[in-house]
Amino acid sequence: MLGDGFKQSAKTGICGCTTLSRDEIVAEIRAKGLTTTKEVMNVLGWKQEEGCSKCRPAINYYLGMIYPDTHKDEKESRFVNERMSANIQKDGTFTVVPRMYGGVTTPEDLKKIADVSIKYDVKVVKVTGGQRLDLIGIKKEDVPKVWEELDMPSGYAYAKSLRTVKTCVGSQFCRFGTQDSMGMGALLERKYERLDFPAKFKMAVNGCPRNCAESCTKDIGIVGNDGGWEVFIGGNGGIKPRIADSFCKVKTDEELVEICSAVMQYYRETGNYLERTSDWVERMGLDSIKAVILDNEEERKALAQRIDFALTQVTDPWKKMLSDGRARTALFDAAEIR
Amino acid sequence: MGVARQTYPAGKVEEYLKQIGRVVIIKGIELAVFRTSGDEFYALENRNPHPKGGPLAEGIVSGHYLYDPLYDWKIDLRTGEVQAPDKGQAAAYPVHVDGDSVVIEI
Ligand code: HEM
Ligand code: SF4
Ligand code: FES
Repeated sequence: MLGDGFKQSAKTGICGCTTLSRDEIVAEIRAKGLTTTKEVMNVLGWKQEEGCSKCRPAINYYLGMIYPDTHKDEKESRFVNERMSANIQKDGTFTVVPRMYGGVTTPEDLKKIADVSIKYDVKVVKVTGGQRLDLIGIKKEDVPKVWEELDMPSGYAYAKSLRTVKTCVGSQFCRFGTQDSMGMGALLERKYERLDFPAKFKMAVNGCPRNCAESCTKDIGIVGNDGGWEVFIGGNGGIKPRIADSFCKVKTDEELVEICSAVMQYYRETGNYLERTSDWVERMGLDSIKAVILDNEEERKALAQRIDFALTQVTDPWKKMLSDGRARTALFDAAEIR
Repeated sequence: MGVARQTYPAGKVEEYLKQIGRVVIIKGIELAVFRTSGDEFYALENRNPHPKGGPLAEGIVSGHYLYDPLYDWKIDLRTGEVQAPDKGQAAAYPVHVDGDSVVIEI
């Protein structure tokens, strides 16, 4: 079934349904022009016809990465949180986290959040570690109403996507600040929100090397200095902590955005599904990532263009669900029969 | 048990998205009802057999199996039986399609 020179030895695939590796699957999708998870599993000889909870979400991600404009996202191949665009809790209630770009909000938004939280009897309003508010314990059938009444963009707290860009106070107010971290953080969060990544993606922007917003534990951490910005990649504060590696220094905001774009797109194109950048950097090697992005201007610009194209295709999932009555009813409303 | 089962109409086929569970409440019993890609229907009690509990309706469906949404246990939709290496049992209820209506027996 698979072309030439393919070794069928006791190798392990991405899950029990296949012996193919991530790179082989992506190559086959590109070579054969496969377009749906069903087609991929069928043509590539999956052992379990309709796949499992490991491979289906992975294939759906790879298809979206390869065909940003034409792939029809498959809700049935998404984990619950991504399918519902909300975080499920162990009791079956959900959490709603609206965007708060760069961790900055307004009194008007806070009022709205407070009103909606009271009206829908939110169990806990929690400040997250990502500098925004988590409305915890919302009944499933109330989730779309909460979105509607908040009328704020989804914070993607449930997604393998850009979560938050944590910022410090920075040069707008802080006496040490040399760069506008709040401004740059909000700009980056607005630019890159909603796009799918292999895993969740966290960023931080700091106004000076004191690093109050903790860049060293972020997928991309940015630290301002007198002459521009320093970029760190591959940090992680979680179960397997890793301090981010210094990637480069840039002088201007434009250069900073181009580097972020290229790093993100390179990770999107080469990362294994569910592989955080901390593992990706170790696997690829920092120097090889530098060679592709820093030493090769043409490739850097091409990567940045590809992510910009993919970014033109994304839309707010809460608005989309609110305008799709059939999906909303099927996903959120229980049918009560007497 | 011993009590005769009763049948309940549970809406039209097209109200169910393929491979996406739907919660149906019949006489206070909460069910997770699934429509497979081959248009078979199955109903389980919407209660996770995992000791920590939680729902089942939001899991990933593959053929007549469900991967539960919280702990990724694999459950046979036909019987509610949890597949090895995990162990457990979700209550399964008979479902059939009558014309374009979904009918559940409880
Ligand atoms: C495998 C490890 C992790 C898992 C499974 C995980 C899971 C989650 C989940 C489910 C939420 C949403 C909670 C809710 O509102 O329902 C969340 C939020 C959050 N987690 Fe984690 N987490 C992990 C690791 C980490 C690490 C390492 C950090 C920090 C270094 C972290 C920081 C946060 C923050 C800041 C939020 C709130 C995010 C936001 O505002 O969007 N998590 N995490
Ligand atoms: S990192 Fe620097 S600029 Fe930002 S708040 Fe801390 S001291 Fe101020
Ligand atoms: S629940 Fe947030 S880190 Fe574990």
